[in-house]
Amino acid sequence: MSRRRISFRTELPLLVWLVVVWGALWRDFSPGNLVFGALIAVIVARIFYLPPVELSGRFNVLRAIPFVVVFLGKVVAASFQVMYLAIFRGPSVTNAVVAVPLRSHSDLMVTATGHVISLIPGSLVVEVDRSTSTLYIHGLNVRNDSDTAKLRREVQDTEASLIRIMGTRAEMDALQAEGWPATRGVSS
Amino acid sequence: MTPNATGVDAVIDAVTAVLLIVGALMSLGAAIGLLRFPDLMSRMHAATKPQVLGLFLVLAAIGLQLREWWVWPVLLVAWIFQLLTVPVSAHMVGRAGYRTKHLHPELLSADELEAVVLRAAGERAAEKAQEAGPDAPHSRNGGHPGGITGDSRPKGNGGASS
Repeated sequence: MSRRRISFRTELPLLVWLVVVWGALWRDFSPGNLVFGALIAVIVARIFYLPPVELSGRFNVLRAIPFVVVFLGKVVAASFQVMYLAIFRGPSVTNAVVAVPLRSHSDLMVTATGHVISLIPGSLVVEVDRSTSTLYIHGLNVRNDSDTAKLRREVQDTEASLIRIMGTRAEMDALQAEGWPATRGVSS
Repeated sequence: MTPNATGVDAVIDAVTAVLLIVGALMSLGAAIGLLRFPDLMSRMHAATKPQVLGLFLVLAAIGLQLREWWVWPVLLVAWIFQLLTVPVSAHMVGRAGYRTKHLHPELLSADELEAVVLRAAGERAAEKAQEAGPDAPHSRNGGHPGGITGDSRPKGNGGASS
């Protein structure tokens, strides 16, 4: 098994997460249990072969916290929106499948964007094209071209926020070059 | 958190009741959506979103009622796993549903995937015709490197080799 070594620093978030899951499942966060959990986490991460997740090495907590708050708000909004559409529109709802090209080609970023997009109002990932990094989104209640444009902009805004949280330097620079002000909020 | 403070108890009970009822309403909304939406992919919207919020509310209610600090990490982990798995399963169902034509094209105001899928299918058919051998069927699901079946493309960055 040959595998490119990834640095301990990029692996650390995964190990911390595994230890947290271990502690939560044992309902025991005493130091002894956590050390044992860390040992198992290291063994698991070393033995079981998975393609390494390529973290960019930077994570902006100050941008992550408002993003999480906005995200939770959108999850709530999504639930009520779907409920409203289910009750009042029902069978006559109009949808669309929209292709949204993403900026980033990193697997992690495409996955994260897809996840967030699937949980916020009105969108669901139908298909992912890795070679061109394009998401095909199924939009609920998309009636015309302006709705399509709105959906596309929302997806790209989400990706921009994620890049600002944990994108690589190169992605950040591309974002800046595109004319996204760095001070722009996370909400669309 | 003090057991003899009945006022606090009443407030916590009230909050719990509200959380449970709203959470149950979310599940009801998901069920209504499953019944009323016309095609598979709209139903996946109903099956994913209200249910994630509903689970969150019910878990929060459990956390409030048990009043033990150790349930919070368990509940949080449960919800995070829900957040991570729901989009994936919705994506897989939606993808399979799209490919097997479980949708009503007349209800779509735009479909930018259709042409791509048709092109990929055409290329695959052409490939199969080219091979024209007895081993042709097994290439049906095989990696089609540049095409839409992007997830079957081998990882370029893992260095996975024997």
